[in-house]
Amino acid sequence: MTSSQRFTPALAAIAVALPMLAVLIAIVQGASGGDTELWAHLREWVLARVAWNTVILVIGVVTIASLLGTALAWLTAACEFPGRAFFSWALLLPMAVPAYVLAFVAVATLDYAGAVPVALRGWFGDGLWLPPIRSTAGVILVLALAGYPYVYLMARGAFLTHGARALEAAQSLGLGPWQGLFRVAVPLARPWLAGGAALVAMETLADFGAVSVFNYDTFTTAIYQSWYGLFSIETALGLALLLLALVAAALAIERLARGRARYAASDAGVRSAARLGLRGARGWIAFGLAASVFALGFALPAVVLAQWAWQVAALDLDTRYLSYAFRTVSLAGLAAILCLALALVLGYATRFSAGRVTQAAARVATLGYAVPGAVLAVGVVTALATIDALWRTIAGGEGFWLQGTVFALLLGYVARFLTVAHGPVQGGFARIRPALEEAARGLGLSTREVVARLHLPLLGAGIGTALLLVFVDVMKEMPITLMTRPFGWDTLAVRVFEMTAEGEWERAALPSLAIVLAGLLPVILLTWRMERAARAA
Amino acid sequence: MSLRIALTRLLMPTLMVAALGLASQAQAAGSPLVVYSARKYQLVEQLFLEYGRERDIEVKSVTDDGAPLVQRLIAEGANSPADLFISVDAGDLWRATQAGLLSPIKSPLLEAAIPAHLRDPDGRWFGLAVRARTIAYSTERVKPVELSTYAALGDARWKGRLCLRSGKHVYNQSLVAMMMVDIGEQAAERVVRSWVANLAAEPFSSDTLLLNAIAAGQCDVGIVNSYYLGRLQSEKPGFPVQIFWADQKAGGTHVNISGGGVTTHAKNRAEAIRFLEWLASPAIQTRFASVNFEFPAHAGVDPLPVVAAWGTFEPKLVNVGKLGETQPAAVRLLDRAGWR
Amino acid sequence: MRLELREVCKSYAGIAAVDRLSLIVPAGRIGCLLGPSGSGKTTALRAIAGFERPDAGEILAGGEALSAPGAWVPPERRRIGMVFQDYALFPHLDALANVAFGLRDAERGIRRRRALEMLELVGLADQTAKLPHELSGGQQQRVALARALAPRPRLVLLDEPFSNLDAEVRMDLAQQVRAALVAEGATALLVTHDQREAFAIADEIGVMRAGRLEQWDAPWRLYHSPATRFVADFVGEGSFIQGTVLGPGRVSTELGIIEGQLTIDQPAGTLVDLLLRPDDLIHDDASELHAEVVERVFRGAQFQYKLRLPSGTTALSFAPSHHDHAIGERIGIRLDAQHLVGFPRD
Repeated sequence: MTSSQRFTPALAAIAVALPMLAVLIAIVQGASGGDTELWAHLREWVLARVAWNTVILVIGVVTIASLLGTALAWLTAACEFPGRAFFSWALLLPMAVPAYVLAFVAVATLDYAGAVPVALRGWFGDGLWLPPIRSTAGVILVLALAGYPYVYLMARGAFLTHGARALEAAQSLGLGPWQGLFRVAVPLARPWLAGGAALVAMETLADFGAVSVFNYDTFTTAIYQSWYGLFSIETALGLALLLLALVAAALAIERLARGRARYAASDAGVRSAARLGLRGARGWIAFGLAASVFALGFALPAVVLAQWAWQVAALDLDTRYLSYAFRTVSLAGLAAILCLALALVLGYATRFSAGRVTQAAARVATLGYAVPGAVLAVGVVTALATIDALWRTIAGGEGFWLQGTVFALLLGYVARFLTVAHGPVQGGFARIRPALEEAARGLGLSTREVVARLHLPLLGAGIGTALLLVFVDVMKEMPITLMTRPFGWDTLAVRVFEMTAEGEWERAALPSLAIVLAGLLPVILLTWRMERAARAA
Repeated sequence: MSLRIALTRLLMPTLMVAALGLASQAQAAGSPLVVYSARKYQLVEQLFLEYGRERDIEVKSVTDDGAPLVQRLIAEGANSPADLFISVDAGDLWRATQAGLLSPIKSPLLEAAIPAHLRDPDGRWFGLAVRARTIAYSTERVKPVELSTYAALGDARWKGRLCLRSGKHVYNQSLVAMMMVDIGEQAAERVVRSWVANLAAEPFSSDTLLLNAIAAGQCDVGIVNSYYLGRLQSEKPGFPVQIFWADQKAGGTHVNISGGGVTTHAKNRAEAIRFLEWLASPAIQTRFASVNFEFPAHAGVDPLPVVAAWGTFEPKLVNVGKLGETQPAAVRLLDRAGWR
Repeated sequence: MRLELREVCKSYAGIAAVDRLSLIVPAGRIGCLLGPSGSGKTTALRAIAGFERPDAGEILAGGEALSAPGAWVPPERRRIGMVFQDYALFPHLDALANVAFGLRDAERGIRRRRALEMLELVGLADQTAKLPHELSGGQQQRVALARALAPRPRLVLLDEPFSNLDAEVRMDLAQQVRAALVAEGATALLVTHDQREAFAIADEIGVMRAGRLEQWDAPWRLYHSPATRFVADFVGEGSFIQGTVLGPGRVSTELGIIEGQLTIDQPAGTLVDLLLRPDDLIHDDASELHAEVVERVFRGAQFQYKLRLPSGTTALSFAPSHHDHAIGERIGIRLDAQHLVGFPRD
């Protein structure tokens, strides 16, 4: 291999990392000059408590989301029970419900003054004790319901490709189906489970909307508090960097723990194994689990939203919603494609070069998901302003070159959501054995042809997953959209923000519902594709 | 369709839309008025459109929370397109002036319309609507005679009967800031601690939830911005919660403002001043305030009937700019006192 | 332990994949199901393993009903080891852990010893710490076998175990697998579409076609006494020559009248096709019968000739390699068959 070939992947990786790098530099610069007295106050009164809360929250959410996601993925991928075909795609739908919406619906309907406890007290008397929804358990449950689809999606892909076969192997060695699940299928799907769990963990760390509804203090609320309440953006950015360092450390430990284990699953030539039929009570237990998760995570919130939306539709619903929806979908679509393209570049770079520079660049490029959105938005805006200033120095003129353009907005999305596309794409690459590339080369295919005729088709499922995840995440995204959108580029999420900021949750139901509806199509499309791919295998 | 073709087909519109974004940026060369507004679009949209029609200009706006808008103004610096900054909290206006983002204007019209305690002495911002933060009580379980001051909500009789919104919200922070200005830090901290000791439930994330909790019987009294009750009362006639004007014999009820100021780097300064004056004019004042059940800042303009029904009250005459200055100290006090 | 299938049926969407399959593999013997793809052999294997539920019939191991009307033993309790076509090694476990995986009840030391013993048996004692992706295909295959054998199953099933390997490795490995199975005294059933694998490993072979068992026999008998024309065609190389039945055990052909070693019970005058294996037709310069060399393949010790008989029919013949004839040459031939099979013409 010539030196130029070795050099190119590193350059490509650095190029992909540039948006996040610029944002990171802006955040680091912004964090300097924090008030030491303020830090002393935070150390004394705030940090220990929010750190503890955050740890409890992340552990709780990741545990429950992983359990739910894995169990449901296993049931729909490797078993047969009443309603399986429906649940296999329907269980992804909660992904389209933003966590902050789910949180508010839960509090509005299940808190003391909510419709459900009011009705229950009406039947059973005022003395009735109900578990308080606005509690640590409540916020964990809500975030887990919002987050489990990430695990579900990843685990299901793994189970579909080699879960049933591994189970048969385990059975032939004397393990029952459930022992097989825990001793084989789950350990085997670990990289994907870990990928999904990491997304959930980062989403939880960065969440502000849902924890605010529950008034649950986390690192992120402390960051907001320092900025909004204490008027110290420096301290806020400093806290964000601290959080980021912890995340980076956690990821590094995870990587070390994974060690040399590599999972080039040989899914070529495997005939798909038979599903495990769950008969009688077992089948109905599976149905009950799937149905209650679906109901709590999607159906009930959707019904509540629809009811609220109906009340305000006359007031708010007009043709503007078409343009909100159009902008939302096109921004989400563009961001998804852009993130995917960059994730592919990054995937190739890391596949062809194990160099330190490449790996480091890949890590930087995918850090953005763990940063609270608003902090990232500050970084984006600051970085853009710096770039624009540079541009003015070089090219002269006034005003902005990037700031206030759709491009700037997309840049912000890339910085934040590249990780989300990176995971599935990387997982796809891991499963293309080098032998296949060699075989293709042997058949005289050029690099371009190898990409087009071998990689892209084989990456299919990963690409679909990446597109869906970014698409849905961008639709729900608020802080970056708010801070960097061009004039007139209001989206559905912006409408949700404007309503909720004024406490008008019922009126926020309309745009929320629109987000959910817009998210349905890609979710259904993706599951359909996954099923088809699995059947073809 | 092969994936490769699909990708190219999808990438093209990306570039096209991005290019469009760039082009639309270049087009904005007329003399539109650019507003950065923390007052949400549904509350100002009609007025923006109307003013634009009247003046035959385009009023362009973006909405966000106050803090991010201030940060955006700082980042954009001299090149910011913004002419006007509208906030829903005096603290944000104070912060913007501290960062040098707002410029003083001289307008006899505004000075006449807006009372002195609701505007910056240097003319960098002006209050446009007044929001009172006061006591709400259950009409079923509380008699107004039991109520007097904010501080009295810390009395033993309210043990387990008080509801508060989150201490992380700016409305509460400015309330505490006001108390600090009024009675000093230590006394204010004692009051806050006594409130926290009286809480019937974890602090709520919104005033609306809090009011619903009072109505449902979870607690009997709370502190809210009056307009939230206005909304609920007009939606649900007979809503069993009423407003009590706190501190009427102790300096007046705490008020905050939604207001605006002309930016330092305004490109369309004259228009921005004219727009502020238009917003402060009596006819517009009614609508500006009433869309959100607030009180007009203009002393001579009446609020909505549902708001007027709560009776008149004496506001605390501390300049609201003072609230911003004190807010960071108030936040620390809240942290110490454990008001989550 | 003896495996027995009685009238086992399994169909998918109305199409019979396995149709009234009956067979017996005696204890300690290695059986094989041979057939083209889609013949139902893998379905049969999976039914024995318990991954498929037969629609009808019985499957018995050592007299115990694994699957019968009213009886069902789940796969994990059948004590049947399986070697999968794709090996299905657990990618997160190293070779030793894979082999030890099924040894659950024993204590650690015993498990480890047994697993090592198995790896040694398949010649991989030095690869214990390798992860599956670090092993070659043949090595993975042997780990899979060791894993299946380790818990001392009463039956080992092998599903196309060599199909992912190249031809060179295949025969070697087949011998090693047979040696390992014999060493363990295992009863085994192999499924393959490759007769050479079948011959290399199995004591008894069943040929399947469209879900039915056409013949279950020793390899030699399968080769020389195929029960059906399909078996004759599918197993081994050969050709058919036309003949007319003259009477019991007598057929007239272009190679002369054949008498004796014949399984023919058709009435006189019936037209039949006689199966000729390459070793049934030998080169004899002294013979009056001549045929034209159409193709020749040098095989070291032998030449394999494809000959055109006077009637135009072609047939294969082996000749010692010093009998070197050019294509187009006419050479003398002679029938030297101990046993011939004839099938009536359709």
